[in-house]
Amino acid sequence: MGFDRRLIEHFDWMLFFLTAGLLSIGILGIYSATYEGTGYSSPWVTRQIVWVTVGLGGMALAFGIDYRHFEQWAYVLYGAALCLLILVPLVGSFGGGARRWIHLGPFSLQPAEFMKIGLLLVSARFFNRYVPTEGYGIREILIPALFVALPAGLILLQPNLGTAVILGLLFLTLTFVSGLRLRSLAMLGLIGSGILPFAWARLEPYQRQRMTSFLHPDLDPLGAGYHMIQAKVTVGSGMLWGKGFLLGTQNRLNFLPEKHTDFVFAVLAEEWGFVGTTGLLLLYGMLLARLLVIALRARERFGLLIAVGVAGMVFWQLIINIGMNVGILPVVGVPLPLLSYGGSSLLTMMLALGLALNVSTRRFLF
Amino acid sequence: MNETSEVFASQETLASCYRRVGVMSLIILLVFCVLGFRLWQLQIVDGNHLRILSEKNRLRLKRLQPMRGLMHDRTGRVAVDNRPSFDVVVVPEDVQEVPLLLHTLAQYLPDAKGLWKGNLPRNPRRPPYEGIVVARDVSWQTLVAIEAHQMGLPGVSVEVSSKRYYPAESVAAHLLGHVGEVNNTEMEQFAGYRLGDLVGKVGLEKAWEEALRGHSGGQQIEVDASGRKLRVLDEVQAQPGRNLVLTLDLELQEKAERALEEVEGALVVLSVHTGEVLVMVNRPAFNPNLFARGIRRSEWNQLLENPLRPLTNRVIQGQYPPGSTFKPIMAAAALEEGVITLETQFRCQGGLPFGGRVFRCWKRSGHGRLDLKQALAQSCDVYFYQIGQRLGIQKIAEYARRFGLGQDIHIALGPAASGTIPDAIWKRDRFGTPWYAGETLSVVIGQGYVTATPLQMAVAIAAIANGGTVYRPVFVKQVIGADKTPIHTYPPEVVTQVDIRAENLQAVREGMWEVVHGRAGTGTKARIMDIEVAGKTGTAQVISGARGSEDDVPRRHRDHAWFVAFAPASDPEVVIVCLIEHAGKGGGKVAAPVVRTVLEAYFRLTRNSGEESNGIRQAAHRAF
Repeated sequence: MGFDRRLIEHFDWMLFFLTAGLLSIGILGIYSATYEGTGYSSPWVTRQIVWVTVGLGGMALAFGIDYRHFEQWAYVLYGAALCLLILVPLVGSFGGGARRWIHLGPFSLQPAEFMKIGLLLVSARFFNRYVPTEGYGIREILIPALFVALPAGLILLQPNLGTAVILGLLFLTLTFVSGLRLRSLAMLGLIGSGILPFAWARLEPYQRQRMTSFLHPDLDPLGAGYHMIQAKVTVGSGMLWGKGFLLGTQNRLNFLPEKHTDFVFAVLAEEWGFVGTTGLLLLYGMLLARLLVIALRARERFGLLIAVGVAGMVFWQLIINIGMNVGILPVVGVPLPLLSYGGSSLLTMMLALGLALNVSTRRFLF
Repeated sequence: MNETSEVFASQETLASCYRRVGVMSLIILLVFCVLGFRLWQLQIVDGNHLRILSEKNRLRLKRLQPMRGLMHDRTGRVAVDNRPSFDVVVVPEDVQEVPLLLHTLAQYLPDAKGLWKGNLPRNPRRPPYEGIVVARDVSWQTLVAIEAHQMGLPGVSVEVSSKRYYPAESVAAHLLGHVGEVNNTEMEQFAGYRLGDLVGKVGLEKAWEEALRGHSGGQQIEVDASGRKLRVLDEVQAQPGRNLVLTLDLELQEKAERALEEVEGALVVLSVHTGEVLVMVNRPAFNPNLFARGIRRSEWNQLLENPLRPLTNRVIQGQYPPGSTFKPIMAAAALEEGVITLETQFRCQGGLPFGGRVFRCWKRSGHGRLDLKQALAQSCDVYFYQIGQRLGIQKIAEYARRFGLGQDIHIALGPAASGTIPDAIWKRDRFGTPWYAGETLSVVIGQGYVTATPLQMAVAIAAIANGGTVYRPVFVKQVIGADKTPIHTYPPEVVTQVDIRAENLQAVREGMWEVVHGRAGTGTKARIMDIEVAGKTGTAQVISGARGSEDDVPRRHRDHAWFVAFAPASDPEVVIVCLIEHAGKGGGKVAAPVVRTVLEAYFRLTRNSGEESNGIRQAAHRAF
């Protein structure tokens, strides 16, 4: 296979630079969040840089191979992710009351994250190859629903509510864009609200606790109520211009054990203020807009669905994470795309963006 | 032509996708507006207020520990209680120089000196605003001294916490269990614990942790710059744990403990018709209050290194050869299988030649001719060798297992030993050798590879007494709320029916009556006034060879003494199993008198005390 010069001519620099920009902001945020006043960068920053490097490799891989090959390999990749997920309860390690990680030397992997890519590929393949003329009803999506139900169930058992929710939303986004009939969508909504009370009863007490109240001292191990209040104080106290880089006072408080992961947005909001947060939202807005433009320019269905799926992944994680940081959504552990510390989630997001780059760059082939 | 239509179709579906992408863009835009609005609200509208809050950093969250549930015995007496304890607490964040503060503090707390070599313990999982207990349960003088010097001790405060208290001290220590500080493994296993929290470590305290623990609450408090509490902004009350009403009869337990004071052994009393555990004695014992106040290393080592193993719950974990107490079960099996009848007689000449050696009866001079009831009464080994030969090891094992032996019967008191009921398959798996017929003769008299826990023996004998029902032993009658409202009542739990004809069990019961009341019975020392008792003695060999009874035999080689009994013989209420380790004497000599003492106490408590003086016990017993 000869190298196609058009790959460079059509390379989507805008998507690439938006990604790089957000990654840099993330490293800055993690530096702040873990800064201890010693002038040295913390091990978290070093590790994040390592992961970004690994992520760039993954992105190159996801970009380099013609994305239509991924359609052929969709089931294999999905199966591999599922195997990893099944391995978790067998060889995974325990932390914070859940079994989510597989340790590999100094790094640990969270297979649930990679499942997002697997699900994206199999769903896009399914909806590309099977297109009923009348659009999809509930009966038509029963089979692909299994693609999501199986891993989501395994992930809920870990327990890891956040990732399971994201998988569900990702799938919903893809079915919606593929042409789910509106009547069926309404029906799904009805069924969902019917199931909700039962699902509620099945939740772990700490998960329920996080959902319900804002003053929750302690039934949950992270003290979610306290975190929620402190997160709001942290974000709000940034005011218009912020307190300045490394000058966040709330940050020093160590009010959150997860401030370089789930609450990195609050750390940034405190130091950079409303100007910083709206700027950040603008960047994310541009990223999402770019992904949707890629979807609209894609001249075949699989590519369109890949781009839409990546946009969905970014969007849902973004609003759940920021919603939690600003106290309008319950505390559910979902990382902020490209910004939060976390190897597996970062690698997954970069693989996904690599696929989007792939779709964007190869659209000339049609 | 086909291609064009396909292209056309795909163009059409793409167009519908484009429309949906458009809808998606609108949704995204809307959500971004909401987020932007929320940020404007927080950072611009409320910004000033939140900035002030963040600068003063006045918000603290304080955990309110729940009161751990109590345990009552069946009469309502408190078996496990809580008492207040004054703890000295340091909030690391409020201390400027930790070594200096600890130095000052050491003047008031002589014990705390050098506790952390001049520094506080570090734990990344603990937020710095949360206090660390530096001294628990301090004396009144210390308390006054620290309160008086508050100004010189920034970051130090005294908090009242509740401490576990076992009013009966070592009585029923193994059953009740004790609490201790949660360790890292436990914290990873169960959600919601923090360093320093107490958690049940053994016994009922552990098995019923979920119910006893309660839910912690919290206070949102405003503090000043040095961490002193200004006011409570909001509060969620802690929910106390639930109380347990045990099946235990504390008064009877105390009497039983006293009867076993001088020896090493175990005793258990079960209600025959419910499986309720009324008494569970383990000797030697320990004082659980040592653990409640924080056990010292030297005390702990002493308990661990004691060769008499005071920490072991012998009733559920001690596996002993049951010896002749196994014979009632074998008698029932033999009758049921029809290998003998009540009239069948064998002659005992002090031993039975078999396979080239002589299997001896405990009575070297022999018992002469006797039938089954007399064989039980006099515990004739030769009679049972004959039974064993006729039953064969498979039937023996099958019947023993029907009575719950050789298996874990899953009790709600942590892991119980399962004992061993050997058969040919077991031996092949274990040793890789075939079963020898001679071994069957050891098994039928409860020796050889057979082992059982005292609790298992009690369950099996109870099944004989009650007509064949194997009950799961239970320890908790009822879970009640802190306000005494019943939450859950546990009904008796049947494990299985032994499936043996009533008249055969009746015959075994009559044989057991002969043990105590017969002229030549081996258990006559268990007789009590007014009420008839049925029982069975047992003397379990620890090593094969000569029975170790003389004083010059080392203790660890001396025989174990057993006595199992139920009473009243005609209408059984309770079954008692007593095991004395390495007694060196027969069960009829040393264990039967202990059982007599406990039975006397039981009937004195249930028959003679006026109903009005002890309503609950009476009420409980009427249910039998």
